[in-house]
Amino acid sequence: MSAVLTIAGLTLREAGRRRVLLALGALTLLLLGLSGWGFSRFAAEAGGTLTSGEARLTASILLNLVMFGYSLIAAFGTAFLAGPTLAGETESGIALAVLARPIRRSAFLLGKWLGLVVFGSGFVVLAGLAQCLIVRATVDYWPPEPAKALALLAAQTVVLLTLAVLLSTVISPMASGVVAVGLFCTTWVAGVVGGIGASLGNDAVARVGSVSRMVLPTDGLWRGAMNGFQDPTALSFFGDVDGGAFPFLSVAPLTATYLAWTAVWVAMVWALAAVSFGRRDL
Amino acid sequence: MSEAALGEAALRGAAELVAGLPPAPAVRCTGLRKRYGRRTAVDGVSLQIGHGEVVGLLGPNGAGKTTVIKMLLGLVRPDAGEVMLLGRPATDPAARSRVGYLPELFRYQPWLSAAEVLALHVRLSGIEVPAAEQREALALVGLDARAGDRVGGFSKGMQQRLGLAVALVARLEFVVLDEPTSALDPLGRVDVRDIVLSLRERGIAVLLNSHLIGEVERVCDRVVILDRGRVAASGTLLELLGQHEVRLHLTGLPPAGQARLAAAGRVEREGDWFTVALPADDEDTVPDLVRDLAGLGARVHAVEPGRISLEERLLGILRDGTGGTRP
Repeated sequence: MSAVLTIAGLTLREAGRRRVLLALGALTLLLLGLSGWGFSRFAAEAGGTLTSGEARLTASILLNLVMFGYSLIAAFGTAFLAGPTLAGETESGIALAVLARPIRRSAFLLGKWLGLVVFGSGFVVLAGLAQCLIVRATVDYWPPEPAKALALLAAQTVVLLTLAVLLSTVISPMASGVVAVGLFCTTWVAGVVGGIGASLGNDAVARVGSVSRMVLPTDGLWRGAMNGFQDPTALSFFGDVDGGAFPFLSVAPLTATYLAWTAVWVAMVWALAAVSFGRRDL
Repeated sequence: MSEAALGEAALRGAAELVAGLPPAPAVRCTGLRKRYGRRTAVDGVSLQIGHGEVVGLLGPNGAGKTTVIKMLLGLVRPDAGEVMLLGRPATDPAARSRVGYLPELFRYQPWLSAAEVLALHVRLSGIEVPAAEQREALALVGLDARAGDRVGGFSKGMQQRLGLAVALVARLEFVVLDEPTSALDPLGRVDVRDIVLSLRERGIAVLLNSHLIGEVERVCDRVVILDRGRVAASGTLLELLGQHEVRLHLTGLPPAGQARLAAAGRVEREGDWFTVALPADDEDTVPDLVRDLAGLGARVHAVEPGRISLEERLLGILRDGTGGTRP
């Protein structure tokens, strides 16, 4: 266990020393500043013309939109950090000296994964919380279930970085990042397409979203997170079915079964990564 | 004799038997094989290294030296064969707790300082090494003044020196040095030679893979020559290089002197130069011969020891396949 914690600490230190933290911090501050300015302008210009329900709906949609920005930053950050830290070290030879020490490869992998989980989840939770506070200060909107929503956003990051870790055990650092982010975006688009299919009553198209959410649970978790950020009355403006077609509103909270499937998915993909890395010749 | 006394005697006998056994080697591998696609990189390699023994691994590029080393350390999975490392199977990570390794491809976390890299490896080895001892390891390779500098700013030679410190920092029983001087200046090479000799003095087994044959010849007790994935030859330097020769420049040699030369070994003559093949590597043979020749009235102008060099032997084995594995 001490080797796992040592490697996890090393991964976090790498993120700090390689200026990934600095880059993410700068991007986050930029997004926070821009959204703060946008929300304050919205409050100033639409204050008298919107009903309180319309204002909450708009605030919900805008908050989900900005949160999507954070989840994208987290996805890019962790996917492109997972590649260099695992595949990069294997390619460059850094892993040779480390893995010649008395540690199991699975412990090394778990340490890397744990470091990335702390880094990615920590980022989305802190940035998301800061965003919620800014929205509260500017338009006086506070999400109904911020803790659950932020936890789901963190879970989405964990799912994506677990996939990136698996990919980085079999392909090059850059390719693993590109494929992971590509699959993340594809699943999101498939989710939107599925929502449109559901609103049109087309079961075949609606199934695209359901299947993609099972294959890669990032979009499912993202929709669960949106549900925790948005005002419960927001959907009544569109009607439940039409609201499902809108990419920044979520129709329903996640079920316990789906969360359990997500946990199983992460365990399975991690185990695959451990087997793949354990069998790899260095 | 009572049953208890009989049991005790049997136990004592067994203990004596075990105590009398030769100590297990630091490393032993048998029948190692490894294929990469269609290419066979290692084909039935067996070797062993005793505690305190320095073994040189020689062979041309692509002979499978680094693959063998990686299989010994569990970094590459052999297709066949087994490895026992310090009394445990190499597949058990605990077998590597007292093993130091300088890879041929030496790279260390560029975002860490030299001292931090060393501290990381000490933590991973699971062995307590005081900070002062870690500083000594850096001083041994001449990096004490750069301990706080980021590795990313180091030259290749400095990174290799750091790799040596990393390989040597834990309480060791076995060290693997894969091309340890490839990026070092001549002074660094001498340092490595001294380090290897001091490891041998401390009873630490060393496996040295190097293209610098002179380096191997100076420090190694035994040599294993690999060619196309197989052991082409192995043995002590004496076994590999065969008998010694001595060349003598003599004048005024009386018939009794010629008889004395012939008694020492087979003689070849070129003018005043006599080459005598000595049958044994005996420290007294040459001084005795020179003393006797002088006593018989011969004038001794020069005495030159001669031996086929390891380089010549290696080239002979690799070109003609004239090696023949020796035990």
